[in-house]
Amino acid sequence: MSIGIVVFPGSNCDRDVRWATEGCLNIPTRFLWHETRDLSGLEAVVLPGGFSYGDYLRCGAIARFAPVLESIIDYVDKGGKVLGICNGFQVLTELGLLPGALTRNQNLNFICEDVSLKVGSTRTKWLNAKECGDLIKLPIAHGEGRYQCSTDTLKLLQDEERIALSYVSNPNGSVADIAGITNLKGNVFGLMPHPERACDPLTGSIDGRSILLSLIS
Amino acid sequence: MPSFKAQVLVSLRPSVLDPAGEATKSAANRLGIQGLESLRIGKSIEIQIHAPNEQEARRRIELLSDRLLANPVIEDWTLEMKPLPSNRVE
Repeated sequence: MSIGIVVFPGSNCDRDVRWATEGCLNIPTRFLWHETRDLSGLEAVVLPGGFSYGDYLRCGAIARFAPVLESIIDYVDKGGKVLGICNGFQVLTELGLLPGALTRNQNLNFICEDVSLKVGSTRTKWLNAKECGDLIKLPIAHGEGRYQCSTDTLKLLQDEERIALSYVSNPNGSVADIAGITNLKGNVFGLMPHPERACDPLTGSIDGRSILLSLIS
Repeated sequence: MPSFKAQVLVSLRPSVLDPAGEATKSAANRLGIQGLESLRIGKSIEIQIHAPNEQEARRRIELLSDRLLANPVIEDWTLEMKPLPSNRVE
């Protein structure tokens, strides 16, 4: 049982994720170059953080057309798990696998800090090791993490228990303090915080472990 | 085949907050520019395209604008197009 990490030109958290999954959690991991279409034998796929294709035009707008992502649509339809972290979350919204969009932080700063997050839904396996209302600590590092969606979409996300994580103290102006959401089926999860940077006690928190472990559970 | 010059203007939808525009507006105030009621920042994309006719050129650029240049969740776009004199590249 292994997982894949997509590598776009400009990804810069691909190795961090592998360090966490393989090094900290013993999950067999392979890299998926953005031009591949072969997702065979993968339990889950991670879209890592970074600046895919330079994030020109809009974050994630160009990555959306990568060959590997054509395969991912089909993979998700068949129930495959996809975790989008930071830039990966932006790509998932551009791709339409998750609703809404990530826009420039309200205060215009690139924010790099540990944040407290509240678990808003344990409906999916990504966070079912937690209880609703639990607090976890994960690092964020983004300039464009302000989640935006229409009021109709927000209501849908709330009604369908798809807001997996929300900020305790909203750092970027996201609608309804949203930090991470899932699709309806629950096999796609996008979040701005970086669970892979919270897998070793030396880096301050191991709250990211359960999220990455759910890639193979 | 005739060439056309197109300009696609991408702007944030009115409901979407534009922090960069707000910051620029504050700077305009500091510069002493008076009377600014709103300032919103968008993108202008200039395109040259050859196509059998204007209708086809327009169809292609509308598709491009819808699918790539703008994100309909947060952005609107408008298109202006004019024919270019033949064999002229600007």
